[in-house]
Amino acid sequence: MNAITVSDLTRVFGDFVAVDHVSFDVRKGEVFGFLGSNGAGKSTTIRMLCGLLKPTSGTALVGGIDVSRDPEGVKRRIGYMSQRFSLYEQLTVDQNIRFFGGIYGLTAERLEQRRAFVLDMAGLHGRERTKASDLAGGWRQRLALGCAILHEPPIVFLDEPTGGVDPVSRRQFWTLIDQLAETGITVLVTTHYLDEAEHCHRIAIIHAGRLAALGSTTELKRVFAGRTILEVQSDDPVQAMRALDAMDDVEKTSVFGTAVHAVMRHEAATDTDGLGTRLAGAGVQARHIEPVEPSLEDVFLDVVAEAGA
Amino acid sequence: MRKALSVGRKEVRQILRDRRSLMLLLFVPAFFLLVYGYALNWDIRHVHLAIEDRDRTAASRSIVSAFVNSGYFDLVADVRGPDDITQLMNHGSARAIVVIPNGLSRDLAAGRTVPVQVLLDGDNANTATTVMGYALTILQSESAKYRMVTGTIGGPSVSAVPRVWYNPQLRSTLFLVPGLIAYIVMITSVVSTSLSIVREKERGTMEQVRMAPLDAGSFVLGKSIPYYLISLASALTILFVAMLLFGLPMRGSWLVLLGTISLYLIGALGLGLLVSSIADTQQVAFQVAVLASFLPTLMLSGFIFPIASMPPFLQGVTYIVPARYFLIALRGIVLKGAGLAIIWPQLLSLVAYSCVVLLLASLRLRRQWR
Repeated sequence: MNAITVSDLTRVFGDFVAVDHVSFDVRKGEVFGFLGSNGAGKSTTIRMLCGLLKPTSGTALVGGIDVSRDPEGVKRRIGYMSQRFSLYEQLTVDQNIRFFGGIYGLTAERLEQRRAFVLDMAGLHGRERTKASDLAGGWRQRLALGCAILHEPPIVFLDEPTGGVDPVSRRQFWTLIDQLAETGITVLVTTHYLDEAEHCHRIAIIHAGRLAALGSTTELKRVFAGRTILEVQSDDPVQAMRALDAMDDVEKTSVFGTAVHAVMRHEAATDTDGLGTRLAGAGVQARHIEPVEPSLEDVFLDVVAEAGA
Repeated sequence: MRKALSVGRKEVRQILRDRRSLMLLLFVPAFFLLVYGYALNWDIRHVHLAIEDRDRTAASRSIVSAFVNSGYFDLVADVRGPDDITQLMNHGSARAIVVIPNGLSRDLAAGRTVPVQVLLDGDNANTATTVMGYALTILQSESAKYRMVTGTIGGPSVSAVPRVWYNPQLRSTLFLVPGLIAYIVMITSVVSTSLSIVREKERGTMEQVRMAPLDAGSFVLGKSIPYYLISLASALTILFVAMLLFGLPMRGSWLVLLGTISLYLIGALGLGLLVSSIADTQQVAFQVAVLASFLPTLMLSGFIFPIASMPPFLQGVTYIVPARYFLIALRGIVLKGAGLAIIWPQLLSLVAYSCVVLLLASLRLRRQWR
């Protein structure tokens, strides 16, 4: 049974198509990543799935409920947390938990139980009376997540949940997400951090409102089947990139730190020494050339370039 | 309903956290009253008066003392001749000069009419008119005394004896305080409700709350109740201060008064909600709220300018200003002890206003909630 079923979901603002016939399924207990650049349509999709925004056409079943027919029913079954960690800053940790418990209609004893759980999860024991505005980013983020899942929803939407949080807290946060998924909760998370996307069971890459690719990281990397990626280390990456772009058997290049990744055309020779000689002929001294496994970033750039073409 | 209470409890906590705004809501209105109550006063007292008494008899001194004892005039100079008059007027040291002619006593005894000259500084037309009124009243009552004494026939045998009800001394404070309550309560409640909702929009908490299975109605109700209570407290504070300091009477029923204030407040909160559904930033909300509450309540409610003397178009506009009805009702209750039997049309209008504003606001907010 799928937790979320989306078919031909479309949303139009005026004459701008923000989401264009997107279809996908999310399995129960899955961590599903939504990857895309800013303005690709990630947030619009999530807002439709949460019942905040009516779809122009298409259907979305969330927890078996049609979001256009019964948005209130959807809201009872989901948790939602956005990049803004929308807590009441003037209120204390405890008051925030109680407020959100109240509007989700939790009974007093259930609220006590869940409050203890959230304090535990967020590591906020002993800081119940601290004002939310006085918490560091990581804690606020975890408190916001806690408030969003107070009512134990089976499905959780996280819209760029790690924005503005330090790397250590980001790592802790992903550990939390993994734990949630282990208890059978379905998590749909949007991000533009590629390293985070690697945590997801499956990833949907969305570009210009369309679903450009979908699959696990391993599956996604298969787009490079038959194409080799050569990593070229040199003193002058910009020059190296120009030289590589001029070659017929190089499909495209991208800069990775000080290295250049050259995607070789299908069936192209992957003779690293030969390439070194040809680069030297173009006046570029390559220190080291080797074939590498495609990273998610390679995949993302490739998919987006294909989708844009 | 329980969810609305949760929202209300949260709102109260937020308000309590924000001590500065709370103080602003509760005490600035009373402070306003003090400033306006003392400054906005059309009674003219302590008019600087100079007198040229050319007669210097018991009769002339009686006129002088009538002026001085009236309480409206302060005698500042004794004039000795025309040069003095010019000097006093030019320097503004006297606003009114009374010239009593030579032979006043004699002519009065002979039953002749004696012209007493009153010179006024007309640089402020309103003040001059009022002072002229005072002077004429004093002189008339003096002349009446002489007619009685001398038994002279002539002059009007029937005279008007005005008696002013409800505010016998015609103190403008009594007339102004109800207006001030309408004005202050309107501004604070419209501004505070609209700001509190737009703040949630700005900070993103609104979106988070919308994700909960909570309908717009409970949210709005929960947010309005605390502001209703605060505005009510603020209105009652103003009333008590006015009673203590300005001797405002309370001749009607407290229950009717509370009900009337509540009706007015509901309309004001509704207006605040409407403003918050239009504005997306606190800045815009503040400006719109002040504009929508301050100007009409000050100018078009009959608080300062009588509605009857407005051009017909503006008179028409006043029908959608809730303070117009509230003022009549409040003055009626407080000054005249009017009950429901008298002020029901005003209350009905307030109910109608509240319904329309709340309907508009809820339609707009509900659409945004989705």
